[in-house]
Amino acid sequence: MKTALDRSRFGFYFVTPFFIIFLIFGLAPILYSLYLSFTSWDGFTDPVFVGFANYKRLLGDTLFFKSILNTMIIWIFSIVPQLILALVLAIILNEKFLRGKNFFRAVYYFPNIVTPVTLGVLFSLMFDWQTGSVNHLLVSLGIIDQPIYWLNSPWLSRIIVATVIMWQYFGFNMLVFIAGLQSIPQELYEAAEVDGANRLQVIFKIMLPLLRPVLLFTMITSIIGGLQLFDAPLMIGDGPENSTMTMVMYLYETAFKNFNYGYSAAIAYAIFIIILIFSIVSLKSQARKKD
Amino acid sequence: MFIILRGKGISFGRIVVYLLLLAVAFLCLMPFYSMIISSTHTNADIARKLLLLPGKHFMDNYTRLVDTVPIWRGFLNSVFITFTSTALTLYFSALVGYGFSKFNFKGKDILFVCVLSTMMIPGQLGIIGLYKMMDIFHMLNTYFPIILPSISNAFGVFFMKQMVDSSVPAEILESGRIDGCGEVKIFHRLVLPLLTPAIATLGIFSFIGKWNEFLTPMILLFDNNLQPLPVMIASVKSQFATDFGAMYVGIVISVIPILIFFSIVSKKIISGITAGALKG
Repeated sequence: MKTALDRSRFGFYFVTPFFIIFLIFGLAPILYSLYLSFTSWDGFTDPVFVGFANYKRLLGDTLFFKSILNTMIIWIFSIVPQLILALVLAIILNEKFLRGKNFFRAVYYFPNIVTPVTLGVLFSLMFDWQTGSVNHLLVSLGIIDQPIYWLNSPWLSRIIVATVIMWQYFGFNMLVFIAGLQSIPQELYEAAEVDGANRLQVIFKIMLPLLRPVLLFTMITSIIGGLQLFDAPLMIGDGPENSTMTMVMYLYETAFKNFNYGYSAAIAYAIFIIILIFSIVSLKSQARKKD
Repeated sequence: MFIILRGKGISFGRIVVYLLLLAVAFLCLMPFYSMIISSTHTNADIARKLLLLPGKHFMDNYTRLVDTVPIWRGFLNSVFITFTSTALTLYFSALVGYGFSKFNFKGKDILFVCVLSTMMIPGQLGIIGLYKMMDIFHMLNTYFPIILPSISNAFGVFFMKQMVDSSVPAEILESGRIDGCGEVKIFHRLVLPLLTPAIATLGIFSFIGKWNEFLTPMILLFDNNLQPLPVMIASVKSQFATDFGAMYVGIVISVIPILIFFSIVSKKIISGITAGALKG
């Protein structure tokens, strides 16, 4: 028999692969990016140390600030209708009388697992000015006379990107809300019934208050994900006046289209700090509301 | 309509509710329907008409697509990358999770906090450094930087540690030790079989995540014959600017395998999310 100390050594061996791989493919590139953010590097010649020049440039870069604004606008346009729709559907699908629950759940969730790149291409085709099926449909139904040039308008373009995101994620959030609703103790509903509460009172006095932690959790995870929006908007494009260029798209294009890798590394760190601030603020606000 | 009639009572409210549910379901499926229908028509028809029924030109569009883009090669690349990555994620997440769950070693708590905090790091933070490092190591255009990072999957470790905590009793490990099994053998023979349900759940989610991965492979793989499907779909979009038929065929090829996969495992996926949400 081995001693306990001897055995505990194995625990250490078992967890080491994680750290070795993380050091090589996770931490080292992050630290190397930090170094590169203090250099000027075009990808062909060697990086040249330039101190804080990239960060100074970033503070005066209107396109970067525009990309932050775009990301926020797209996020708000997608999260607000997304949460409302998810909540309404979750409450409906929690009803006992309903048939075909599994079917509806599966259909609503399906867009969530489709490749975001593919969805970006699909929506850019569907919302095309002359050839898109959405314009064909609206004209055929007589809702509009002339096809709408969706992707030529900054705000319509943002709304379309937000629609893709909303369409992809409302089903996931709905499942999370359904789980939250099912964890509410059955006695509360029964008590409400005994007290003669109607459906709306049950929704607003029992379901929504008890669902608040789940709602907050969803908001926080969606901020972190929303700030990193990339795949689908990249396929839809920068938009008129760069109106749909998100932060990560700007990072990507600075490096791999304009070959300005040093500056791009600085953008990566700026995005990281923005995400960090948002996460801390939302975690703090969640902690405060719990008190 | 029979689903409504089967309910206990037919009220106006219930009909409205069903109509709403069906309308949302329609909006979820309509883009996919439109995609499949469009892929079977000529470019001229796609550009001019509202298409509701299948046409006869799928093979023409398909031929133009595969003449330029090796889309099935991309499909096989995706299959290879996804299977190997998922296998690595599952094996090492179980091993690391087990190590954190059932052993006491020095610095264990700090190391576990380190694992959790890596989850907070946005994926693109180190991307420029990774590109340069892989260039230096001559690993651009290889699968090493795409597949190997799957070994350190923080969410997988967190998930597996919880699963080991709840479903691997200490007595079983003790009995294995009394029988003279080595620690590695105990993990393989006793712990892994007990983790089968957890492995299935984590496997489905890491499979989907890896299948859809885009940014890293796009940056690190520029040889067309090595790229996975999402990267190829992106290049279809730029190469076939006005050939809508071919583009639609490309996205059909991307969506159909996911649809088949989902129809097989949808119950497991939905219960996995529900269980995960309750813990969160």
